[in-house]
Formats: sequence, C-alpha cells, structure tokens
Amino acid sequence: MRCPLSSHLKKALPPFVSFLLFFSLLELANRLNLISSQLLPPPSQLWVTFVSMFSDFKEAFLQTSTSVSVGLILSALLGISAAVAFSLSPILRRAILPFAIFFQTVPIIAIAPLMVIYFGFGQPTVVASSLIVSIFPVIANTLIGLENVSRGKLDLFQIYHANRWQTLWKLRWPSAYNSIYAGLKVACGLAVIGAIAGEFVAGGGLGAMIDSARTQQRIDIVFVCLFLLSSLGLFLVGALRLLNYFMQTHFHYGLTLKD
Amino acid sequence: MISLQNVSKKFDSLSVLRHVNLEIQPGEFLTILGPSGCGKSTLLRLLAGLEKPTEGELVRPKNNLNFSFVFQDSELLPWRNIEENILLPLELTLKKESSGQLEDILSLVKLSSFKKYYPHQLSGGMKMRVSIARALMTNPSLLLMDEPFSSLDENTRFEMQDQLLHLQKTKKISIVFVTHSISEAVYLSDKVQVFSSREGCSIFEQKILFDGKRNDEIRLSGTYNNYVTMLSQKMKQAVIPFQTGDANALPS
Repeated sequence: MRCPLSSHLKKALPPFVSFLLFFSLLELANRLNLISSQLLPPPSQLWVTFVSMFSDFKEAFLQTSTSVSVGLILSALLGISAAVAFSLSPILRRAILPFAIFFQTVPIIAIAPLMVIYFGFGQPTVVASSLIVSIFPVIANTLIGLENVSRGKLDLFQIYHANRWQTLWKLRWPSAYNSIYAGLKVACGLAVIGAIAGEFVAGGGLGAMIDSARTQQRIDIVFVCLFLLSSLGLFLVGALRLLNYFMQTHFHYGLTLKD
Repeated sequence: MISLQNVSKKFDSLSVLRHVNLEIQPGEFLTILGPSGCGKSTLLRLLAGLEKPTEGELVRPKNNLNFSFVFQDSELLPWRNIEENILLPLELTLKKESSGQLEDILSLVKLSSFKKYYPHQLSGGMKMRVSIARALMTNPSLLLMDEPFSSLDENTRFEMQDQLLHLQKTKKISIVFVTHSISEAVYLSDKVQVFSSREGCSIFEQKILFDGKRNDEIRLSGTYNNYVTMLSQKMKQAVIPFQTGDANALPS
C-alpha cells in the first residue's frame, strides 16, 4: 500500500533539493570570489539583512500583502460578476468589454501616475493598480467557461423549459468552474505585479522598499524583497489550491467535465 | 399522437430534410434508420421543438405533449450524483417528486444501490441507464432517443435493448429511436423508416412483426434475418445518391 506521506515527500523533494543546491552554489561562488557580491549577494548576507531589518520587512510585507489580497478579492468579485453580466447580456458585453481590454493593453506603469492623481499616495492607489492588472484574466476566463457548455446539455435544459437563471446557476456556472479557477490562478501573480507597480509610484510596502534600496545600491534589500514577494505569490496560489480542494470535495466542481 | 406533415428543414442553403411525413401512434416503437448525415438527429430535434421546420407542419396533441429526450452522450452533470441528476427535470420544471417515484425508476433501471455515486464512477452502460431514468422522471408519453447505445459495447448494447423494451411495455410509452444499426432497429421496433443519405427523406417504411416475445432467440430466427437483409438492401439504396452525387436518383 502507498503511504501518503511518502508520496508527498516524493513531490516535495525535487524542488527542495534544487533550491538547496542553487543556494549552496551561490554561496560557494561568492566565497571563492567568482561572483561579485555587489551583483549577486550570498544567501548568508541576505539572511543577515533580513534578520537585522526584520521589523521593516515585516511592516512592508504586511502592507503589500494586504493591498494584494484586497486587490485580488475585488478583482475576483468584480471580474466574475462582470463576466456573468456579459454572458447574460450581449449588448452589455459589446458596450463594456472594450474598456476591460483597454485596461489590459495599456501598461500599468503608464496609468499608475493617473491613479495617484485620482486616489492620492498610499494604499488605495496600490489596490486599484493591483485590481486593474489582475481583473482581465478573471473576466476573460469566466466568460469563456460560462459560454463553453456542450450543446447537448443546453438542449437538455431547453427541453425542460429552464429559464436563464436556472441555466446559469445549475449548468453554466458549475461548467465554468475549471475555467474560473485557471483565471484566478493567473490573477494571483498579476495582482502582486500590479501592487508593486502601484507602490513604485504611490509609496508604501515592498515596492517602495525596493525603489529606495535601488537608489542606495542596497542590492541585498532588493533580493530579500524579491524573495518575500515570490513567497507571497506562492502563498496566494497555495490558498487558491486549498479552496479548489474544498470545492472539489464538497461540491464536486471541476473533477471532470466529461461525464 | 404527433405527426410531421410534409416537413422540410434547411440550414441556410443546406437542405437537411425534404418533405418528411411521419406519424407516431400511442405506444408505438418507431425507428428512424439511415446513414450518417441523413438528418435523423435533426428530425428528433424538430419533434422536440429544438428546431423549427422551414416548411410543413408539426402536429401535436392539443393538451401539451409530455416528452423526454435521451441523447447520444448521456449528458449527465458531473458535479451532481446519480439521484440529483435523475431529479433534474423535476427541479427545472418546479414539480415535486411523487412518493417513491425515484426509487421505482431507480429499481426499473437497476441502479438502486448507485444513487449516491457520481457519473465518473459509472460505466458507459450505467450512465446511459441514468440518462434514461432521468428522461422517465417526468412520466413522458413520448421518448425521443438519439443513437443512445451507439457508444456501448455489444453485450451492454443487447442488455440495454432488452431493458428498453421492458421499460416501454411497463410504462406504455411511444418511442422514436434514431440509429444507423439495422439489427438494433429490427430487434426493437414496431415500425422502421429508412432515410436517404442526402436531403434526408423517408424512402421506405417497414412494419416489424415477430411471433412471441422479443429475446435473444429472436436474433437467430429466419424472420429476424429476413428483415435485416431487406433493410440492408434498402440502406444500400439510401446511400447510392450520396455517393454518385445524383440527388434525383433517389429510389421511389
């Protein structure tokens, strides 16, 4: 019989080993003066910086993660609601969707200064920036999922005279689940990118810390911020996977769309 | 009960059905037999009201006809268990289940112990039985079936055919069954209509009569083989115009 613990270990071992190997080589290359610590600081130096400036990092991390979480939650709520509205009304879709595409194609760094003018310096601008960057994949994926329902199943609902709401909640919505999940996964990474771009111009959080470290040539601070950001991204994806597990076990959503 | 009078159906310039006349009697098992692309499925969709005829008329009884549809793929909802899938038509039509109805239908299709299972846990034959059970939940007087057994292996198919005949007798329902399997049509039907391959129209009608009950022994009888041979010949004729491209060469 397979032991579940050993199967988890088997999954976790390869990334853990490659991670360890990479940092050992980096440390070794620095000690042997093969790489300049001004370009790639050794992991031991990063750890020292992290411990000595822990309270600064903690505050910045909490600020950024709050902005990212709020931006992501708003993007999920607004994005999914917009896609549902678009799927119900083709006129609304034609009227509004071009604006969503506009926000997707204009680089966030170009509109972030505008956000500062509208929302001022600080968290509201960061949240808005995170939302603008991450909402498009949620809208697009949800819309694709809601519309990608087999003709046979739609016929079945039509035969029993299902109304639009019944078709939406009992057929389109569960059918779209996998697609929505994929959109949210993409949005997790984008929400972090949007928040950092927002913090570059509006201040606060890890983004502002990176910006100020850049002016002081403190590359070690930049790297610690980058690790904290990637761990934030990993945490968000992990939380989403947990939610997905809950939806699969309790609602049987997304298990298999082919019956 | 329900009839098509001189019905034609076109999708843009593509003619799919041409001057079809069809009448379904109460309790009758009618099979539409024809090669792929002859408009069999479109005919069922017309009967179900999923398509409107381009010409001709669909005559239904004055009191709204209660019918159900069984699709080629079972079209079960994977996030609902078997019980929830079977109850779907009642949920959509906002009707209440009469006491014991679900249990009766589950035992009729031999799935009583599987009601809490999910579709991905069932075999192809079981999924089709769930699909039939779902169709029976609204107590239909007409069942429209679009090649329901085409993806099943032969043993399961034979078993499903027997169960379907049993259901029809028990529930006293009319069935319009679409297939391209000649042997299936002969075994199941009271009447077979053969459709031509292009611009589908009925080219031949045959009543099927056997002495005694339909069972595996029937498949070995001379009468059964005669029907199969005759319908095979008609099916060959049905395909000829499509192959030669001469639509006027339809057999009369």
